[in-house]
Amino acid sequence: MRVEVDQPKCVASGQCVLLAPAVFDQDDDGIVTLLDADPGPEHHADVRESAAICPAAAIRLVEK
Amino acid sequence: MTETFSHTPDDLAAFPMPRAAGCPFDPPPALRTRQSDAPLSRVRIWDGSTPWLITRHDHMRTLLADPRLSSDVTRPGYPHLSAGAKAGNDARRSFITLDDPEHARLRRMVTAPFAIKRIEALRPAVQKIVDDLIDDLLAGPKPADLVQAFALPVPSLVICALLGVPYEDHDLFQSNTKAIVHRASTADQVVTALTTLTDYLDDLLAAKLARPQDDLLSVLATRQVATGELSRRDAARTGVLLLVAGHETTANMIALGTLALLRNPDQLDLLRGADDPRTTASAVEELLRYLNITHSGRRRVALADIEIDGQTIRAGDGLVIAGDIANRDPAVFPDPDRLDLTRDARRHVAFGFGVHQCLGQPLARMELQVVYGTLYRRVPTLALATGLDELEFKHDGVVYGVHELPVTW
Repeated sequence: MRVEVDQPKCVASGQCVLLAPAVFDQDDDGIVTLLDADPGPEHHADVRESAAICPAAAIRLVEK
Repeated sequence: MTETFSHTPDDLAAFPMPRAAGCPFDPPPALRTRQSDAPLSRVRIWDGSTPWLITRHDHMRTLLADPRLSSDVTRPGYPHLSAGAKAGNDARRSFITLDDPEHARLRRMVTAPFAIKRIEALRPAVQKIVDDLIDDLLAGPKPADLVQAFALPVPSLVICALLGVPYEDHDLFQSNTKAIVHRASTADQVVTALTTLTDYLDDLLAAKLARPQDDLLSVLATRQVATGELSRRDAARTGVLLLVAGHETTANMIALGTLALLRNPDQLDLLRGADDPRTTASAVEELLRYLNITHSGRRRVALADIEIDGQTIRAGDGLVIAGDIANRDPAVFPDPDRLDLTRDARRHVAFGFGVHQCLGQPLARMELQVVYGTLYRRVPTLALATGLDELEFKHDGVVYGVHELPVTW
């Protein structure tokens, strides 16, 4: 799985950071940053849920 | 008002619809019927206009994520909440009533304090506020009104600290907020309340400009107002939005959530016995879903023709997107009318969806986790001091809740 984030779209709801803190973080303004673009399988369910919950469609997953 | 429109010749149902007697936590039964029989159909609102009523969870998410829907309250066709809300539009102009890119520009000026780490850093201070208020409650007479003694002060103290608003002024912002969030308020009442609050924030911003402190208003004053990025009046409007939204909604969740838990003692026991903070966090999501206090619907107007599920929403059509019934959609939440703190409720839409989704949600979550995780343990005998049918619910509120919650212990 490859994870991409679209910072201009992010609205700082913070839900991805709560769900998958090993993969997503926030910058000083609360905008999403990526800690791990190629997370291990143990994170896949949380990352998929993060993408589904993101209100601004700022998380994109490319399944390998 | 409901009566006036319920017998219109074309028989189009009036919105908002009444809740069923004795079911204060459930959305109006007519919304359930709409969701199953006509999930995309029209209703008649207070001014006689006939916006679409959106009732399904998937439709709500699809539409609120669609940039062809506008939140701009000045556009023709926008379905206003009430005469008062419509009249207050100019005084209320802030990112919540604007579309991108202006919405994003203004919103990003105030996102920093709501980042998860910043919110987590506030948790000990919120815990102390909650503990101190419980100490006062227990030391005072009983029965007591939980709204005035606890539910309202907790988020008011927190948002005051975050914004840099003196809590001594709480009578001023709480009483004006009451006028703003009451659907039956007249146009004059809403405009006066909004103007009073905007003037108040405007003066505070001037003081912060002269002597900045460690709070959000000081950041707005020194980074945006001083540089000319934002006028002081616009900054004041943003401040009003954060102050009003920052205490009224959470206060209602605390009081109504407590009532819902007292009426579901098995769930209350489960929450009280939880050792894992994740259980409390999950309970917060379920209470947000179940209560969905923003019961007036998310309001939008279409900028273009939009095809959805075989229907065409035309450019200029208004939309009322009813999150309360979307959060009871059985396609997403099995047995949706049951309060089940163990369910996975994360896909709820209590904070809305799309780019306008609640800015303060990380703060609301943390406050509610502290409150729900503390109050019932510290006051294990907490009980309603009156009958359910004696309580007055905010049927006419922009946000739902109880006016008073008499409790004893």
